[in-house]
Amino acid sequence: MHRRVLAGDRLVATFLIGCVLFNYPLLSLFDRRAPVYEIPPVYGYIFIAWAAVIALIAWAIERRIE
Amino acid sequence: MLELPVLIAVSLTYLGLLFAVAWWGDKRADQGKSLIANASTYALSMAVYCTTWTFYGSVGRAAVSGIGFLPIYLGPTLVMALGWFLMLKMIRIVKANRITSIADFISSRYGKSHGLGGLVTIIAVVGIIPYIALQLKAISGSVSLLLSYPEIVMPGRSATMSVAADVSFYVALILAAFTIVFGTRHLEATERHEGMVAAIALESVVKLVSFTAVGVFVTYGVYDGFGDIFQRVIADPALRRLVEAVPSGQGYTNWFSLLFLSAMAILFLPRQFQIAVVENVNEQHLRRAAWLFPLYLLLINLFVLPIALGGLLHFAGQGVDADTFVLTLPMALRHEGLVLLVFIGGLSAGTGMVIVETIALATMVCNDLVMPLLLRRQTVVMGQGRDLSRLLLTIRRGAIIVILLLGYLYFRLAGEAYALVAIGLISFSAVAQFAPALIGGMYWRGGTRGGALAGLSAGFLVWMFTLLLPSFAKSGWLPDAFLSQGLFGIELLRPQQLFGLTGVDEISHCLFWSFFANIGAYVGVSLLRPPMAAEATQAAVFVDALKETGSRSAVLWRGRAKVSDLQDLVGRFLGQPRAQAAFGAFARRHGAESIGKLEADARLVQFAESLLAGAIGSASARVMVASVAKEEPLSIDEVMNILDEASQLRTYSRELERKSRQLQAATLELQEANERLKELDRVKDDIMSSVTHELRTPLTSIRAFSELLRDDPKMHLADRERFLGLIVSETERLTRLINQTLDLAKIESGRADWNGCELDLKEVIEQSVAATSQLFREKKADVVLDLPDDPPLILADRDRLVQVMLNLLSNAVKFLPPGSGQVRVVLRSIDGGLEVGVIDNGPGIRPEDQQLIFEKFRQVGDTMTAKPSGTGLGLPISRRIIEHFGGRLWVESVPGEGATFRFTLPFAAAQQPAEAGTA
Repeated sequence: MHRRVLAGDRLVATFLIGCVLFNYPLLSLFDRRAPVYEIPPVYGYIFIAWAAVIALIAWAIERRIE
Repeated sequence: MLELPVLIAVSLTYLGLLFAVAWWGDKRADQGKSLIANASTYALSMAVYCTTWTFYGSVGRAAVSGIGFLPIYLGPTLVMALGWFLMLKMIRIVKANRITSIADFISSRYGKSHGLGGLVTIIAVVGIIPYIALQLKAISGSVSLLLSYPEIVMPGRSATMSVAADVSFYVALILAAFTIVFGTRHLEATERHEGMVAAIALESVVKLVSFTAVGVFVTYGVYDGFGDIFQRVIADPALRRLVEAVPSGQGYTNWFSLLFLSAMAILFLPRQFQIAVVENVNEQHLRRAAWLFPLYLLLINLFVLPIALGGLLHFAGQGVDADTFVLTLPMALRHEGLVLLVFIGGLSAGTGMVIVETIALATMVCNDLVMPLLLRRQTVVMGQGRDLSRLLLTIRRGAIIVILLLGYLYFRLAGEAYALVAIGLISFSAVAQFAPALIGGMYWRGGTRGGALAGLSAGFLVWMFTLLLPSFAKSGWLPDAFLSQGLFGIELLRPQQLFGLTGVDEISHCLFWSFFANIGAYVGVSLLRPPMAAEATQAAVFVDALKETGSRSAVLWRGRAKVSDLQDLVGRFLGQPRAQAAFGAFARRHGAESIGKLEADARLVQFAESLLAGAIGSASARVMVASVAKEEPLSIDEVMNILDEASQLRTYSRELERKSRQLQAATLELQEANERLKELDRVKDDIMSSVTHELRTPLTSIRAFSELLRDDPKMHLADRERFLGLIVSETERLTRLINQTLDLAKIESGRADWNGCELDLKEVIEQSVAATSQLFREKKADVVLDLPDDPPLILADRDRLVQVMLNLLSNAVKFLPPGSGQVRVVLRSIDGGLEVGVIDNGPGIRPEDQQLIFEKFRQVGDTMTAKPSGTGLGLPISRRIIEHFGGRLWVESVPGEGATFRFTLPFAAAQQPAEAGTA
């Protein structure tokens, strides 16, 4: 029981983090900045945040909590 | 090599391959060796989400709005985080109720309403038609482009050609034929198509590989990596804005709207519902899909922006439509193999969507729109003995053709004016209208049929007014004045500035007003009256779907039916052999010998209804079952009672389980107590036999001497006195024995009187030694006292302690060697208390006897020669007394070197009050 609740809470937390990461105002922080390693920051940011959210989902849902 | 016959051959070969996979998948499914029973296939099949919109359209969108194409894929990622809750619940509900489509789902939730199912079907069909048009546009567009190869000529407007000359018309027909072969070869009882899912998963791989190939080709073949493309774009003032920010023209409102819409779409698009919920084989597959599907989305989007920017740079000023960059870039660079691969990738994306979407829609049209109409005209359906499964298939095939032709029609009417993504968003906004009724229905018991009808209708009408009709107006099929001056010339009713709302894009505008109307009407109308019986029943089934013992266990049906009627009815839709098999399995499951022995009770009726629901939808199944059974309607009060009872039953059963656990524990305790009692009983018997034995010895002596005295009157006086003396001492021993037995019994039963008080142990010892001094004198033995001057006080019963000391001293005396005997009594402080030692120099006690002497009636030593002088109870009693006051009594001895009896007693301060009082 406990295991399931924890995994569930992690997924909800991931959802909420994702909602914040993928929206205004965090997105606007990367507007019109100089490229980092030749990549425009807004583009790099979204893909990195996206990958992080996917990794969090995988971690929360696949991990067997002992 | 890119002539029309080649293209046709390639396309047909590819579609044939897909069909072979599907056929194989179906065959494996029939053998029980499912091809799709693994989590990765499930996740890949979900990627049917990526259509030509993604394959061609995203690049077009990115060429206009930079990363503005991305929210469409971020929304589903977020939903998948919640998938474990939302989708799991949907899957459970769907499986428990044999729901086959989203229309069925909503209609079933609100009391199996025909009206609601029909409305959802209409919204879905109307809403999805633009989306199908999008696929036709993309596929036929790619064909037209390829036909002009090596020139790059943008395809002409279809609207200006005759239908017969229009590529997209033929594309629509081929797709319709293919979908029919795919999805409606035979009727599935559960509306699951394993082969189709396998083919879709394969298509997902093909489109990802194909798109990534173009991406790598453009990024690394044409340009010199990501950095190179971005640098060139930043250097170009016209393109620079695309990579700098979320473009201001679209803004964050639009960004958020797209995020929200796509989140709804991943749940409520008929094809997503079909693949993710209806076709789900094992709910555990959701685990991997929850991250693998978003990962797929990320990968397929990685190269969208590079291709878009590369295309913009390469075709600057040439008037090439950005929606075609994926194809035209390899074409312009004469890379024929890649061009063909892209064409197949696009074909995959398009056919996958069209197949699943139209199958899902056709099922809805058949089950929730056409069947209910046919059921009204009972004669059509109720003609005795007719096998209706062919009729169902015919309806579905017809629906597939009609839907694709409608898609073609929309494409001709309105499709040209819009980019691919814009067309898709119209559809997304339509299916988002299902959200309030569906999500509300899964979590809120109060939603009613009226509320759902009102909400869906209101949302749908607002959507038509603010998005669909304007799309016709922009294509010139409605007067321009409709857009600029509003409906009937009323300014407030301008479709895209409704009530004067400006400053937002058309999608956000539609989303706001349609949800405002939808949610408002749904909640408002639902609150007008309490749910009716059928609604309350279904509300319980849906809302409690994740509870382990859902309300499904409650039987909500009353009436009479005949087993043969039910079986016949099911057989007419599923075919008699299937019905026979299903009923037979049901009979076995419920312990009936044969179908004939089954009782047509509520369970069987529900079973038959769920079988039918799989084929014709829950609302129609309800009507059909009602037609062969005599039902007595349940009132809302009865339904609530049954549901209450069911939940009460659950409470009771939990209570019962708890009680039974308590009972078990109590039983265990009783058993233990019983064991203890038995043990005590045995001990008591032992004591009784020992006591009788011990009593007999002195009694025998007394009797023997008494008889001697009686029988011999001439006995010498000296003998006579000696015998009388023996009789007296034996009687004393007897008395002592009885007293000690009683004493021990009292102590053991806990009824002894204890008078605890603080006392000086030194005094007790001196008193005891004085009392036994006569004994020592008789044995000519010495007593040596080794006592400290002022020992700390202890808490004990003085008389009892004296009893212990007397016992130890008299024992010691008994075994002292005559003449040279010596007993030392030592008192010293130890940690937390005092220790007394009584040390003699007698023969000592053998190690094996050292425990025995503390048992009752055990006297060690040479009892055969020496007449026992004790009772065998002194030491056991002493040990009990010392233990009662929290101390310990034991013996240390080496045979031949004397014995030492020691006991300890804790200090008064350390004594526990409970032990100090009378026990």
